[in-house]
Amino acid sequence: MHLSRDTMRHVHGWLLLTPAAVLLVSFTHYPTIATVINSFFSKGNSVRPSRFIGIDNYQAMTQDPIFWKVLVNNMWFAVGTIPTSIALAIIMALLVNRAMPGRSFVRMAYFTPTILPMIAVANIWLFFYSPDIGLIDQITSWFGISGHNWLGDPDTVLSAIIVMTVWKEAGFFMIFYLAALQHIPPELGEAAKLEGASRWYYFRRVLFPLLMPTSLFVLINAVLNSFKLVDHLFVLTKGGPDNASNLLLYYIFENAFSYFDTNYAATLTVVLLGLLAIMALAQFFVLDRRIHYR
Amino acid sequence: MTRPAHTTRSYTEILEYIGAWVLALLWIAPLLYAFWAAFHPSEYSTNFDLLAPLTLDNFREALSQAPFLRYGINTFLLVTMLLAAQMVVGTLAAYAFARFQFFGSNVAFGLVLVQLMITPEILIVENYSTLAKLGFVDTITGIGLPYMASAFGIFLLRQAFKSTPKELEDAARLEGCGMFGILMRVYVPLARPTYLAFGLVSISHHWNNFLWPLVITNSVETRPLTVGLGIFGAPESGVDWSIVSAATLLSVAPLLIAFLLFQRQFVQSFMYAGIK
Amino acid sequence: MFKLITKTMAGIVAAVCLSIMAASLSTAAYAKTKLTMYYPVAVGGPLTKIVDGMVADFMKQNPDIEVNAIYAGNYNDARIKALAALNSGQPAQLSVMFSIDLYELIEQDAIVAFDDVVKTDEEKDWLKSFYPTLMQNGTTGGKTWGIPFQRSTIVMYYNKDAFKAAGLDPEKAPASWDELVAAGKKLTKSDGSQWGMMIPSTGYPYWMFGALSMQNDQVLMNSAGNQTNFAEPATIEALQFWKDLGSKHKVMPDGTIEWGTLRKNFLEGKTAIMWHSTGNLTTVKKKAAFDFGVAMLPANKRRGTPTGGGNFYIFKKTTPEERSASMKLIKFMTSPAQSANWSMQTGYMGISQAAYDTSELQEYVKGFPYAAVARDQLEFATAELSTYETGRVRKSLDDAIQAALTGSKTPEEALKEAQATADRLLKPYR
Repeated sequence: MHLSRDTMRHVHGWLLLTPAAVLLVSFTHYPTIATVINSFFSKGNSVRPSRFIGIDNYQAMTQDPIFWKVLVNNMWFAVGTIPTSIALAIIMALLVNRAMPGRSFVRMAYFTPTILPMIAVANIWLFFYSPDIGLIDQITSWFGISGHNWLGDPDTVLSAIIVMTVWKEAGFFMIFYLAALQHIPPELGEAAKLEGASRWYYFRRVLFPLLMPTSLFVLINAVLNSFKLVDHLFVLTKGGPDNASNLLLYYIFENAFSYFDTNYAATLTVVLLGLLAIMALAQFFVLDRRIHYR
Repeated sequence: MTRPAHTTRSYTEILEYIGAWVLALLWIAPLLYAFWAAFHPSEYSTNFDLLAPLTLDNFREALSQAPFLRYGINTFLLVTMLLAAQMVVGTLAAYAFARFQFFGSNVAFGLVLVQLMITPEILIVENYSTLAKLGFVDTITGIGLPYMASAFGIFLLRQAFKSTPKELEDAARLEGCGMFGILMRVYVPLARPTYLAFGLVSISHHWNNFLWPLVITNSVETRPLTVGLGIFGAPESGVDWSIVSAATLLSVAPLLIAFLLFQRQFVQSFMYAGIK
Repeated sequence: MFKLITKTMAGIVAAVCLSIMAASLSTAAYAKTKLTMYYPVAVGGPLTKIVDGMVADFMKQNPDIEVNAIYAGNYNDARIKALAALNSGQPAQLSVMFSIDLYELIEQDAIVAFDDVVKTDEEKDWLKSFYPTLMQNGTTGGKTWGIPFQRSTIVMYYNKDAFKAAGLDPEKAPASWDELVAAGKKLTKSDGSQWGMMIPSTGYPYWMFGALSMQNDQVLMNSAGNQTNFAEPATIEALQFWKDLGSKHKVMPDGTIEWGTLRKNFLEGKTAIMWHSTGNLTTVKKKAAFDFGVAMLPANKRRGTPTGGGNFYIFKKTTPEERSASMKLIKFMTSPAQSANWSMQTGYMGISQAAYDTSELQEYVKGFPYAAVARDQLEFATAELSTYETGRVRKSLDDAIQAALTGSKTPEEALKEAQATADRLLKPYR
């Protein structure tokens, strides 16, 4: 039997896709569905096996004060990291996008955090934040300001975590803006100058809209990171004091791997998946329309 | 460069240079501190004295307290194995999406892109139990498996393949190339910059990845550098910044040196990966 | 160039596959009893080297047993990793884990009681050879499940030079809460360059709190592990005192104090007194640039400290050969000579009277009397907080302590909430 070229095209297409499809189904689609299913079952152990309990886990979750705290923390973490790191990234890109003394060093410095593992630099940041003996307190003490317990005070701990995250992310995002800026014809800037437009006006009305597609890409990454980046918590705070710096993914980790309650962890994961889905849709429908591509 | 060459430097410009430099120093401060602490005795880890004696003891101490060499080999194996798998899997899938309008390809592509949002980090709990069932817990392959199909890689390569002129494919077919011949002779060579870009992004991501390897590894034989460093520097064991800094430098050194040597390629690769 | 890369990669992949195969072949070669053991480290110093050295000595004496000792991080990591290995088909046969993991391990049906493993009368006597206080966290329901190994109590380290400078007698450490506050006030410098004292409140806050509540004559839980006493008046009073040290007496910084960096604070002279595990003793001794002292914790209604640290457990999924090999290893590691050596190298206490009777440790204590403080304090010690659902119960107390210390809740509110949480978690076990 001879198959038509058309049929062969379908067969070949699927055959080529098979390895990727198997892996993606096993480690992305299946676990997503399994998470949802597991969230309807109770925590089992060798004495009492896991059983179907309907929405009990979700009810327990809504009554779990730590869950709400973690969710609010995560929101502030997102609000604190996303705009700041994007704004800094744009500033950095503009700064190094032209001739200046030591440009390559400056650019390298901005970019370095991207290639350093969070877990490694967290220990160094722990030193910066340490009360009295830490770098920040040593510097403030020159000005006669006494030490502050940055990580031990619930009012400052989340900000401390946010600062470190912004440090980690800004240089990474800068690269994308730098790439975009290099595709913007320099004549635009010269024309604006001839017309007597201020630099701020030029940025706001010309550059920023042109950078919009990049901003969308960076924004997606920043949003994802605000839910994914928890490595530094393992060293800096373990979510403390009293969960003041605990984030959703870290709380999921604690439930699954410290308390062995994979079902409650699944319930929390469903919330995380839901949040990501909402944000994906929002980005798709709202933001995408407002961005004019070149 | 966008700046016309003839302008003299104004005050604002100089201020901006200073701003740029201050920011740069702030950004590199943690690394500078790591160098300071690692090369000085531990009394000086919190006291900055320009006359402090230099020493290599911290490195010796770090190496004797934890098998960083082994961790380094594990990381190296992980990163190379993963990259090889990602490239093979990604190339095949991207080829399918770029050149075979097969049944359901649009839906399938949409399903691939799901992984851009729902990354494996978020599914650690379920993926752990899957790998436990398959017997891959505490293996280097196990660390790599959930990442081997990379939606990002597939996406990048599909873009690259799509922009390859169709005439080249036709010419190759006339010369008698089959499906794989065309892929290997036409598409792959022309997508070289994409491979390089994706490769560097993937290497630096997985060199630094922590949460999933922490969950899935149990022993020295599989632990990558990040996990080794994570438990070595765990604050519970009493922080000694000198030794931790030495260990930190040891674990970032390969990537850092590569970065300093090939800075241009790194930056350009990241840019390239971002524009697509 | 690109071809070269692909070729090299293919080569690497092939090499890896081959070496994995070779490794799996060679291990199957001959029949040694192989043991895998996880162990945690929670204090400073090169403890992994010391454990590795002891294990190597053991293997030299027992060539038929091969031990793979894996350092797994902190106590929590060690438990997670050992249990994870158990579930994933590459189990450990024994492990050093937190003494307070007992109920969790029993509930998971993961461990065997030593009563079911010991055979000879000599082994039965061996079970009784340890300090009874150290056995409290290892026994329940009339059976012994954990054998003490790296055990500690909380002791008070103090800077004698700072005491002298403040006009205090450096040979007389504060022995009561009132003396502690009074000394703290003298030791605290108003410019913030030196605090009177620090009690760590991250990492293991419930442990430090166990000492304070014990000193107020209140234990935190019952021996069946299904009832906690977080909301008792004496417990609340103890937390109030802890908070007052910072907010009222101003002898300690406000907010939480990091467990991990505290030793550095002490060594840098930023605090004159610290409460910490005796497991830090040897490191402090090596690194302190000043004259320091070690004392028992002070008393309020009585003296008190919880014991702490790790016990040996044997897992259930083991063959009889593996169990007897595990017993050999545990007996070796807890033998008087090894225990004495371990104590001298780390600061952890010797776990039996016989360890302190060895000439080496006697000699050492004679030259360095502080090495015996933790042991002497055993007389006043109690078990460490350990219940069913121990992870969550502990976290509820930890959160309550941190909430009170940082001022977001009053000690009473915080502890009542923690008690309510614990009641909810423990109800099924009553």
